[in-house]
Amino acid sequence: MSRVLLAEIQFFPDQASKMAVRVDTLLIWLILLTGFVTFAIAVVVIYFLAKYRKRAAADRSPPKTENLAVEVTWSVIPFVIFLGMFGWGAKIYFKESIDPKNAMEVHVIGKQWMWKLEHLQGKREINELHVPLGQTVKLMMTSQDVIHSFFMPAFRIKQDVLPGRYTTEWFKATKLGSYRIFCAQYCGTNHALMTGQVIVMTPTDFAAWLKTGRETVSVAQRGEQLFHSFGCSGCHAAQAAVRAPLLEGIYGSQVPLADGRIVHADERYLRDCILIPNTQIVAGFEPVMPSFQGRISEDDLFAIITYLMSIGSSPPEANIPNR
Amino acid sequence: MDEYEAASVRPNDMPLPVQNYVMIEREEPPSYLKEHTIRSWLLTTDHKRIGLLYLFSIIVFFAIAATAAAIMRLNLLTPRGDLVQAETYNKLFTTHGVLMVWFFLIPSIPSVLGNFVLPLMLGARDLAFPKLNLLSWYIFILGGAIALYALLVGGVDTGWTFYTPYSSTYSNSHVALMAAGVFINGFSSILTGLNFIVTTHKLRAPGMTWMRLRLFVWSMYATSLILVLATPVLAMTLTLMALERIWHVGVFDPALGGDPLLFQHLFWFYSHPAVYIMILPGMGVVSELVCAFSKKRVFGYMFVAFASLAIALLGFLVWGHHMFVSSQSVFAGMIFSFLSFAVAVPSAIKIFNWTATLYRGSISLDTPMLYAIGFIGLFTVGGMTGLFLATLGVDVHFHDTYFVIAHFHYIMVGGMVMAFMGGLHFWWPKISGRLYPEFLGKMTAIVTFIGFNLTFFPQFILGYLGMPRRYHAYPEQFQVYNDLSTAGASILGLGYLLPLCYLIWSCRYGKRAANNPWGVKGFEWETTSPPPVHNFEQPPVQTEEVYNYPPPGNEAVAD
Ligand code: HEM
Ligand SMILES: [Cu+2]
Repeated sequence: MSRVLLAEIQFFPDQASKMAVRVDTLLIWLILLTGFVTFAIAVVVIYFLAKYRKRAAADRSPPKTENLAVEVTWSVIPFVIFLGMFGWGAKIYFKESIDPKNAMEVHVIGKQWMWKLEHLQGKREINELHVPLGQTVKLMMTSQDVIHSFFMPAFRIKQDVLPGRYTTEWFKATKLGSYRIFCAQYCGTNHALMTGQVIVMTPTDFAAWLKTGRETVSVAQRGEQLFHSFGCSGCHAAQAAVRAPLLEGIYGSQVPLADGRIVHADERYLRDCILIPNTQIVAGFEPVMPSFQGRISEDDLFAIITYLMSIGSSPPEANIPNR
Repeated sequence: MDEYEAASVRPNDMPLPVQNYVMIEREEPPSYLKEHTIRSWLLTTDHKRIGLLYLFSIIVFFAIAATAAAIMRLNLLTPRGDLVQAETYNKLFTTHGVLMVWFFLIPSIPSVLGNFVLPLMLGARDLAFPKLNLLSWYIFILGGAIALYALLVGGVDTGWTFYTPYSSTYSNSHVALMAAGVFINGFSSILTGLNFIVTTHKLRAPGMTWMRLRLFVWSMYATSLILVLATPVLAMTLTLMALERIWHVGVFDPALGGDPLLFQHLFWFYSHPAVYIMILPGMGVVSELVCAFSKKRVFGYMFVAFASLAIALLGFLVWGHHMFVSSQSVFAGMIFSFLSFAVAVPSAIKIFNWTATLYRGSISLDTPMLYAIGFIGLFTVGGMTGLFLATLGVDVHFHDTYFVIAHFHYIMVGGMVMAFMGGLHFWWPKISGRLYPEFLGKMTAIVTFIGFNLTFFPQFILGYLGMPRRYHAYPEQFQVYNDLSTAGASILGLGYLLPLCYLIWSCRYGKRAANNPWGVKGFEWETTSPPPVHNFEQPPVQTEEVYNYPPPGNEAVAD
């Protein structure tokens, strides 16, 4: 009975990625260092309390009560140690923030109180994320309502998921198994139920899993259909009557705006162009595009943007107006 | 029946015992507690009585907030959270947070002990603006009444942080009402801060230069600066949130064209400095206690004093460390991380200086000193884990987990509340004119320390394992730690109930206190216990350095 109980007690969280190892290594150093200092302070305090207690005879010849050298020493040494902690922690954070190369992208939509996920091949899941072992996975996330946070303790990563913008996080699983997903940002009544599982599979299993279930079109293909059905292609096409920028090659290019800014066309830019077009008019064009705010779901928005990303091959000159 | 019981009806009418050594031939002026009518309390402008009014009110808020916590801890005994529903649970932690932060901890040391002892320490007859002082209590009560009303009519489920757009658009609870309560309460903070600043500038006794200020006064001064400068930002933030909620003015909700992160920036721009409102006063009390119970001048007076100011000012620059995973820029994250480490330096300095003060002192481990030692230990743990959280790569994992909960409870409960209890015991003879039962006091301090650690240490592990905060139910592997925590909480609860009982008991049955029962330095100990209405019969003059204790001598001293 008691053995069963002991087996159930967990002392360490699963460690399912290199990042988790990295974070834990730093953490162990922090624990050792601060533990040592805390212990040392405790020892000195208790020693003084015992030695100089009123009832004990002790050398009490008045010591100096100001000592600049001592003060500077115990200010500077901690500060230098702190700098070390800062640098190490910042390095990890920086690494986490770099957009990974060759990542498998998965779209995540948070809503009260579930996670909706979609693989680029069109496969969808709810509160579950299947990923292949050893493959970097990048989550492109947004929320349909309030702020959520996609937290996977086994990978030591977490990122808030906000309405109205995209945030990303990535991880690369190094261990098969299933690990927990939590919503970490309080999001209302059933916040505690907004949980799920990451299931790390071998690449072959994953490929097989992708094929299960209903036949699906890829997200980009779905995006292309939406590009027509929402009427985008009515203007953004070479033969269109209305003059609007061509979108081939737009993704990742530098776009000159009418107000003189030059912006990098990333997911966020594309999203804002669709929802609040008048805030970023491309140089040389009229502000005639209608806003699609409220008319297009986060799902479909992801698909259209994925489609635009997929046609990012032709040269960006297409956008520069010829006067 | 002894003489105290005989006099129990109006204890303060009784002549002081003869052995009280300041009793010279003259008549004692009547104590500030002498008048007993309700009116004399509700219309008082005496800083000492107002301090007590605050004491009674925050005890009520503390009791409600602690009850909410107790129900939460009971609910978390089982993974499924069987006791209350999710909705109720969310309202409980909001109640707990809002009341503990704004209606207990922020006013605890400043408005109770600060009000009572600050003018005494300065040798003043009262605060600079006595009527304003009373007004700030009434504002506090008004704010509190609105907050309680919000709870009675259904409660609020946003958490004390009121994050948008949940609070401004999605929550179906009484957010605006609660925000109004907190908003109004803020004015009370501002007025108290203002009063303390002016008092410190203007009403110091002759001879009391800035470098002869008590360290408690320095910490109150630093706290007051934050109260005055930061609280208006909270007021504006809550107002904007309420505007969005009531009239759909788009500020924070992206659906209305707003930016939800703006709220977090504004909120923490107030609330990070505010967390220092919740620790600086504690540091001030502990500085007093360490000197008083080692019978020594503090080591590095200037450093301890200026560390308070440094904390107050640097504290305004680190709000972004609450937002490392909020999608603020990597660069901003780094700056805020760096500054958070910088603000930890003055805290470290204080700990080292307190420790050095013990060296060659003549130390007595009375109840207040036990609390002070507890403070040093728990604050150190809280500060160290704060460093973990300031470390970017690590905070990504720890943010919004129980690790954060444990961190700030170590500082706010292990630190500030310990200091409050220590200070309350230390000045109790002055406040009530009576001694509390010392043995019970010591036992309680130890019970509190044990209960506290048992409650909150397991939460560090829970956080590391990944348990998010504000969860009404949780996966089974977390149960052991949650149960330990609940067990600890019941011990901790005992640690708070006991003083309530024996302090009240002591008002009637406690031994009468001498003017200076601890034999320590400081103007407040030169007047009678309890002090007369105007504090001093003769305005005191500071003729020597502060904490100028005579060398204790090498011999052992019998009690
Ligand atoms: C030694 C200096 C300190 C450092 C470096 C530090 C660092 C931090 C950091 C980085 C966080 C954010 C953690 C997160 O949300 O992921 C945090 C949270 C917090 N800290 Fe500290 N802290 C320190 C001292 C204090 C003090 C003195 C107090 C209060 C008396 C305090 C109270 C809090 C509170 C209330 C929170 C969480 C608020 C919430 O999310 O509800 N900290 N601390
Ligand atoms: Cu902070």
